[in-house]
Amino acid sequence: MNEIIKMSATTLAEKIKNKELSSVEVTKAFIKRAKETDPKIKAYISITEEYAINQAEESDKKIASGAETGELEGVPIAIKDNILIENIKMTASSKILENYTAPYDATVIEKLKKAGAVFIGKTNLDEFAMGSSTENSAFFTTKNPWNTEHIPGGSSGGSASAVSAMTAPLALGTDTGGSIRQPASCCGIVGLKPTYGRVSRFGAVAFASSLDQIGPMSKTVEDSALLLNVIAGFDKKDSTSINVPVPDYLETIKQDIKGLKIGLPKEYFIDGLDSDVKKSIEKAIEIYKKAGAEFVEISLPLTDYAVAVYYIICCSEASANLARYDGVRYGFRAECDNLLDEYQKSRGHGFGPEVKRRIMLGTYALSAGYYDAYYGKAQKVRTLIKQDFENAFKKVDLILTPSAPTPAFKIGEKSSDPLQMYLSDIFTISCNLAAVPGMSIPCGFSEKGIPIGMQLLASNFDEQTMFKAAYSYQQATEWHKQFPNI
Amino acid sequence: MEISKKDVDYVASLARLEFNEKDKESLTQKLGSILNYIEKIKEVDTSKIEPTSHGASGENFWREDKVIKSSQKTIDAIFKNAPDKEADFFKVKKVMDTEEE
Amino acid sequence: MKNKYEVVIGLEVHSQIKTETKVFCNCSTDFHSQPNTNICPVCTGQPGVLPVLNKKAVELLVKTALALDCSINKKSVFARKQYFYPDLPKNYQISQYELPFAEHGKLNISADGKIKSIGITRIHLEEDAGKLLHEIGSRQLDCSLADYNRTGIPLMEIVSEPDMRSPQEAAAYLTALKNLIEYIETSDCNMEEGKFRCDANISIRPVGQKEFGTKAELKNMNSISGVEEALEYEVQRQIETVENGGKIIQETRTWDPNEKITKSMRSKENAHDYRYFPDPDLVPVNLDDVFIENIKLTIPELPEKRKERLIQEYGLPEYDANVIISDKALVNFYEDALNNTAKDAENIPKLIANWLTTELLGKLNNAKLTIKESPVKAEYLGQLVSFISKGTISGKIAKTVFEEMFNTNKDPETIIKEKGLVQISDENEIIKICQEAADESPKAVAEYKSGKERALGAIVGLVMKKSKGKANPQMVNKILADLLK
Repeated sequence: MNEIIKMSATTLAEKIKNKELSSVEVTKAFIKRAKETDPKIKAYISITEEYAINQAEESDKKIASGAETGELEGVPIAIKDNILIENIKMTASSKILENYTAPYDATVIEKLKKAGAVFIGKTNLDEFAMGSSTENSAFFTTKNPWNTEHIPGGSSGGSASAVSAMTAPLALGTDTGGSIRQPASCCGIVGLKPTYGRVSRFGAVAFASSLDQIGPMSKTVEDSALLLNVIAGFDKKDSTSINVPVPDYLETIKQDIKGLKIGLPKEYFIDGLDSDVKKSIEKAIEIYKKAGAEFVEISLPLTDYAVAVYYIICCSEASANLARYDGVRYGFRAECDNLLDEYQKSRGHGFGPEVKRRIMLGTYALSAGYYDAYYGKAQKVRTLIKQDFENAFKKVDLILTPSAPTPAFKIGEKSSDPLQMYLSDIFTISCNLAAVPGMSIPCGFSEKGIPIGMQLLASNFDEQTMFKAAYSYQQATEWHKQFPNI
Repeated sequence: MEISKKDVDYVASLARLEFNEKDKESLTQKLGSILNYIEKIKEVDTSKIEPTSHGASGENFWREDKVIKSSQKTIDAIFKNAPDKEADFFKVKKVMDTEEE
Repeated sequence: MKNKYEVVIGLEVHSQIKTETKVFCNCSTDFHSQPNTNICPVCTGQPGVLPVLNKKAVELLVKTALALDCSINKKSVFARKQYFYPDLPKNYQISQYELPFAEHGKLNISADGKIKSIGITRIHLEEDAGKLLHEIGSRQLDCSLADYNRTGIPLMEIVSEPDMRSPQEAAAYLTALKNLIEYIETSDCNMEEGKFRCDANISIRPVGQKEFGTKAELKNMNSISGVEEALEYEVQRQIETVENGGKIIQETRTWDPNEKITKSMRSKENAHDYRYFPDPDLVPVNLDDVFIENIKLTIPELPEKRKERLIQEYGLPEYDANVIISDKALVNFYEDALNNTAKDAENIPKLIANWLTTELLGKLNNAKLTIKESPVKAEYLGQLVSFISKGTISGKIAKTVFEEMFNTNKDPETIIKEKGLVQISDENEIIKICQEAADESPKAVAEYKSGKERALGAIVGLVMKKSKGKANPQMVNKILADLLK
């Protein structure tokens, strides 16, 4: 059992297909692990045991009969609880959806079902994906498996923890301003945000429509490519999905990176950078150099404005996206005697403080008289941020940065100062504004034993170059083979 | 850049959010500090710049005018989440003349 | 008192576009379905859903815009219009704000015997909201019930310039607009089914003043006559208010068709803060010249132009032309009939017009049938008129044949043959019959010869009786006159 939970998804997929292992056996191993660790880690909103075992049995039957199987046949995956699976509860970690049952499958779920994946459970998140620590969940805070006093990151903290604690070999997260990459960094796993439009958003609870993407979370880079192969692709139900063919991300992953030009943006390597983070990144740079990559100093001049631009845009879009949660057709409805109260109390009590704060900020930014100064202005600065990246990628193939300015901080450390919390996203946020893909890979530990992550950014639809570089790095290091003592 | 209590009340009513007095005070203070921070975008010269209003760069994404009827299963699933219903309808508190539209 | 003030009216019309499916999802737009059966996760605003634009809705809107002489914007963007209401699942309506599909058009109306051009500011695409029930039959409910069948049906919002100067002009505009849209078949315009709805903005100003007065918005007028009534009342109300030293408040007022008054709606703010911003879930629409040209080709000849053509090409008097173009099916019938007449027949256009408007429409009205349900096919009418024109049958016999055509759906040739009604035009035969008739009517002959012209009528009558009405009347008159010289 112990061996199974340490295997990569790639290995598991192979062994299940070869009948060395059965999907039921594998699924039961992860469920057992989840049940053992989750009282401490609290990564899961719900472990969907019966559902998973049924799926696992189906996979095993398929394999036994020799029928055609999918790339992830019988492999368990944890799903962030803001992605809809038909007939299964979906809460977005909010009281306002505490008892909501999804009436349809997200497109990525349809694809995963076709690929044979087994859904082991729904993972915890910051409420409506708003947060960087999973402390904003209405139900409970997830712990970092490496040190349970520290945050797992957010908003996909549950998914990151689940994979890190070996309760699932794969997970899906969503990333709007770093919500896959930052928790991946905190928990020592691989997390990838695809190019905007690469993966369908249909069936993911919308937070900021022009920034959200669903992405893979895994222990290894190879697993990440395997999962992205399955979920990527044009979707006619999503008007923002892009009709660009999906390459086989595994095909080019082992290519060498001699001559690869990697940019180091000077704005990200500032004096205030945590010394452990600085050291880990410097060591990583050496490893890349040994593999033949060349480093170039570049500038992303508008970096300083990214957090401000991001919060105006995401809160504005979110204020509209969350207007539907009013207790009329679904969700929490407060007891009252008139319609106005019904709206105000249902939303007032159903939403947590961070969500309400962001709705207020967004509503304010869009309101009469303020649109030009806030939303309108932010969209223009966003154009400049996009141009920063376009210019950079004329000179380099990839950009390398730390995933976060510090390793995962302690639970409660920043929860009373939202602005401080927002500023911890500084390295991941620009990527969503520019629509480019980004990936976090484990690259070390702090002195206290908390994981540190390095971020790679590529130009639009160039996930392959990112995979190549990340794979090369992972082959030369052992971070991904270390497991927390939980 | 501070936000006045009047503004907070106005925005809260637009957003249909209720706050108790204590939360409202804390909110006003936190919003003030966030608004103060985001003022910095005013420093950027955007005089000749077009806004980016969409994440994707596509255009003319549209579909055929062909009926696809929801299965009864899906319609039942939609109704299952309704906090209150009557016959074939979703039920809410009575709408008064203060209609928005 | 009325002459002291000028009335300024602008109209906003919402017309449901005639598509099979809703504008952002594939649910049916069928009006007669059971409540909440044409719904899906998208149009009920479930978490995680996304809109996908219906191409046909765009095509039909552009078609309407072109028929109204609008210019089509190359780039069009959708915007979210935000407000909370139980019939609006997302609590925002996907509409358009800064870049609508069409702008700067016009529609001509007939007012006071003159043609007046009413400007059209813009036409944009948006989704309809659902329906709320506050009563069932006569029973008032203590709650509201929501039906989302209508949510997401595509609407074109047509905004006029404030160019109308009287309630009558407003009614004329609505009638002309409705006729046009029905004509090009981009909407059913059925006002009882709520497929064509109108809100009005109305203000008054002293004659000669350049600035507009404060306007009131009127809602809940469910027919064109209702609009006219409501506006008449409001004009009075505003004039009386101002004359009594009061001020007009900018507000929304609802028309009560029972009490026949407008009432202020208890709204909290005057102006709604809709917080429009471009919808990030929908990409912009870029329409190129080819697209627009192709839509232009689908627009049939419009009523005004068709009327002109009927008058110029066929020499029809204006009155007849007006009657015929009043109904698209009627003018199609007319032209069908025209296309089925013999090439050597004369005076056909007027003849067909007469037969159509007098004989056929008369019979259809009595039988409560529409032109589409006519038992007489257009081509048969054309054939009948050809026979009359060529003298195969007389006008009088033709009426008999027509009656038979109406009752049996048969073609005229068959009926004429079956009943042996071909007009006798053989001179010798007519001479023979005339001679016989004269011989049998000595008294009438004597009277005629002594100068009583009218006495001929009796002999003509006898000729007709003998020939069973088939003798060519003009020939009979001539021959008899010759015979009795």
